[in-house]
Amino acid sequence: MQAWHFTEMPYPHLPPLETLKTMRVSLASKHYDPKIGADLYNRYLDEYMIADELGLNMLLNEHHQTATCIDVAAPLSAAVLARQTSKGRICILGNPVANRGDPIRIAEEMAMIDCISRGRLDVGFVRGVPYEIFAANTNPTQTVERLWEGIDLVTKAWTTTEGPFNFEGRFTHRRAVNLWPRPYQTPHPAVWITGSSDLDNIKRAAGRGFVFATFLQPHAKVKWMFDGYRSAFMDTGLPGGGGTAYMPLVFTADSDAEAEAGARELTWYLDAKSEPQYRNPPGYVPVEFNVQALKGAFAGRTEAMRKQSIEFLKDQGVLIYGKPDDVAKQIHRLYDLVGGFDNLLMMGQAGHMSHERTVRSMKLFAKEVYPQVRDLARTKPLNAKVAAE
Amino acid sequence: MSAAGLDYRFLKLGGVDIEVGMQGAGSPVLVLAGEEQLENTLPLIGELAKSHQVVVPSAPGFGKSARPDWMTNPDDIAYLYLDLIDAMALKSLAVVGFSLGGWIAAEMAVKNDRAFSKLALVDPYGVKIGGPFDVDIQDIWTSHPDKVAALKWYDRTKGERDFTKMSDDELSIVARNIESFARFCWDPYMHNPKLKQRLHRIKTPTLFIWGENDGIVTPAYGKAYAGLVPGAKFASIAEAGHYPHIEQPAAFNKILTEFLG
Repeated sequence: MQAWHFTEMPYPHLPPLETLKTMRVSLASKHYDPKIGADLYNRYLDEYMIADELGLNMLLNEHHQTATCIDVAAPLSAAVLARQTSKGRICILGNPVANRGDPIRIAEEMAMIDCISRGRLDVGFVRGVPYEIFAANTNPTQTVERLWEGIDLVTKAWTTTEGPFNFEGRFTHRRAVNLWPRPYQTPHPAVWITGSSDLDNIKRAAGRGFVFATFLQPHAKVKWMFDGYRSAFMDTGLPGGGGTAYMPLVFTADSDAEAEAGARELTWYLDAKSEPQYRNPPGYVPVEFNVQALKGAFAGRTEAMRKQSIEFLKDQGVLIYGKPDDVAKQIHRLYDLVGGFDNLLMMGQAGHMSHERTVRSMKLFAKEVYPQVRDLARTKPLNAKVAAE
Repeated sequence: MSAAGLDYRFLKLGGVDIEVGMQGAGSPVLVLAGEEQLENTLPLIGELAKSHQVVVPSAPGFGKSARPDWMTNPDDIAYLYLDLIDAMALKSLAVVGFSLGGWIAAEMAVKNDRAFSKLALVDPYGVKIGGPFDVDIQDIWTSHPDKVAALKWYDRTKGERDFTKMSDDELSIVARNIESFARFCWDPYMHNPKLKQRLHRIKTPTLFIWGENDGIVTPAYGKAYAGLVPGAKFASIAEAGHYPHIEQPAAFNKILTEFLG
């Protein structure tokens, strides 16, 4: 099992939350102090460099118009780390190709980072959470189609080495695509896809040999998704060989009291406030889901986890915390409950959690937990092609 | 749609299955419903059907009409409805369009209004009047639902719908309508940048009917829109928002009936 350090790079120094209507999309930037922001950017990048020294991999993402995440351009932070770290893998999870609207630019950026890092890059693609629709003004009824058309174009651009090709798709038209540089890795870096409910999408990722990742979901649902992935996996020869990834909040401490204190700080992320119109833009989820929403029975993915006790979150495998042996035990339990998984994406910093506390937890994990989980077997995806033969 | 007298059938137009409600006999009136299809069950339909053949199509993705992927804006719907007029051989046709339906009616008229006798547009979207930084049409998708309701209705209690009392079939239509409205109108937001330059082509006698208290598209927007259509008249209705035909049906029906003659 591979372990990854992750922070959304939050900007938590806000007025009292009860005085704000939202932390996302429409929070005025007068609440952002550039000097504090400068400190935060450098601090979060320092933490990734420490993660690298500790033998952890580095996971980055991006969001827009939100205090929950000031990494608004993951390729920039990945480029910094490609140059400033030397060992760990770097994964952007992911490039919001549906919202960025320029797949070729993404292909170029990823190829360049892959070269600078000498092949340490994994490239995720995401459809983007509902809030992101508004910052990009993407039509919310077409994000899945935009995602896959973008991936098709990026992978074709990476792997076409004999000169220009033509692409006239539904959303992008380019008549002379000819990528320089091409990626360091062959045929191209591992591709990761995220998902939270759409099984067809998960199987589509599996069928292309991509890694499938999901975040902060109850373990029963994670198993359902991972089983779906494993049932449809095809090895297409990509570096890393596909696999599954799960992101819980993770905090490791010397004492139970300190562990609980850290765990409570991490749940800041789950309590991020937003206004209702940003949570479920029209057409973002299928009509069947919106029928339930109209009845008041569906309010979005993270809503289900809001305001739950840390004990509940721990039982669900969404929040892992404790002394090193306890943390290792919880990871083993989660591994068994979901039928195994290959990448532990640790949201190890959130909200107001200090640099010292974050690094202490990372160090304890790297030294005392990782050796207990590193050798958990790679899951054995059913190779659908072999099974068919 | 539950029956309010409309008899629904399906027509295949350009390969797309389109649901069409029909009622009454006489000179034809094409009613283009708004994005919520609230018009289909109004008494207004029955009133018009006393002396007209009333035709109420569901736009692609609305009601039970299919929505092919290639259709992305109201311009596409307008061509489909021109096919509908041909397929039903409708002549000397009065067209009444509400909100999104009004926009579609305007898109039809700039292409070919030879079959039209009258054109009534009720609080339509469709054009941008101001500059890039001006909000011509209030953003219903980035605004809090309470604000949207306040902008849309003079008396918002008239717009309340109890979704918990609807069947899944009815809710599916509500959800489809919400989704398809976004499919067609998200970007450019609620307007076609070309339409403004084409409105001069309309030869049909045209009446804009506007709720005085419409906060989504204001009467000032409506008057500027009407000013782009040669000879168009403008009528406003007091104590009414975006749906004057629902908030003030008597005043609305009087204006519309006089106009249709």
